[in-house]
Amino acid sequence: MKANVHVMLKDGVLDPQGEAVRHALGAMGFEGVNGVRQGKVIALDLADGTTEARIKEMCEALLANTVIESYRIEIL
Amino acid sequence: MKAAVLVFPGSNCDRDMAVALRKVGADVTMVWHKDAEIGDVDLVAVPGGFSFGDYLRCGAIAANSPVSQALKRHVERGGYALGVCNGFQVLTETGLLPGALMRNAALKFVCKSTPLTVATSDSGFTGGYTAGATITLPVAHHDGNYTAEDAVLDQLRDQDRIAFTYADNFNGSRNAIAGVLSENRRVLGMMPHPERAVDAATGNTDGLALFRGLVQQLADA
Repeated sequence: MKANVHVMLKDGVLDPQGEAVRHALGAMGFEGVNGVRQGKVIALDLADGTTEARIKEMCEALLANTVIESYRIEIL
Repeated sequence: MKAAVLVFPGSNCDRDMAVALRKVGADVTMVWHKDAEIGDVDLVAVPGGFSFGDYLRCGAIAANSPVSQALKRHVERGGYALGVCNGFQVLTETGLLPGALMRNAALKFVCKSTPLTVATSDSGFTGGYTAGATITLPVAHHDGNYTAEDAVLDQLRDQDRIAFTYADNFNGSRNAIAGVLSENRRVLGMMPHPERAVDAATGNTDGLALFRGLVQQLADA
């Protein structure tokens, strides 16, 4: 089975990289980009039967830093 | 004073840290990240560098290596720990210190000497300085932008746990925080490098008081 973990900075945590991308898009003439948030996707190839609870443990222990990041698990 | 310096793949300030500690008389052992035991030491130093290539997040993989479990036990026993630069990132990732270190606000790697304010002299690390004094230490990092929730920042202030602040907040840290102490004041994490400022031959000795103060504190204990 496969699962994707989407990791994003929490709302309210300033994202300097996303902000730089927003500036660049504006400078390139793409109007109306009000905000950019940059995150990452971690693609997991897992043994069949791995539970969502187990993936959540992986997120809490390593994949996300929950001080500043939120995560979303997508089982494919 | 017995000290251990942790060494991860990608650590690059480990030997500088050992030199600084030996200069003030510490008996130093280097401990590889796969070792599950650190041994009986007074201080564990987590050095700067780019442990595990900064993969995933700075310090995240190091924080979950076997030696970091031993580091946690050392701190739980009331041992002292000092994390500098990547070592500070490791200490926040282990949860031994609050907050997190994000990409510098201007997105640039910054390598320079920078003025700091000693925010408290009430710790084994900062007792050799006068509170409010300005010292200069080298910094060299890409991810030193300290952040924490408002409630955590209030707690750090109320408990006098901010050790150093930037006089010129070049990386965008909240409240200009450059270094924080644990609740028992025995764990310090800081982005600037005191171990790079202990020898007049390299132009700066402002970091020496930190190591001397620590030896004094531990000798008195």
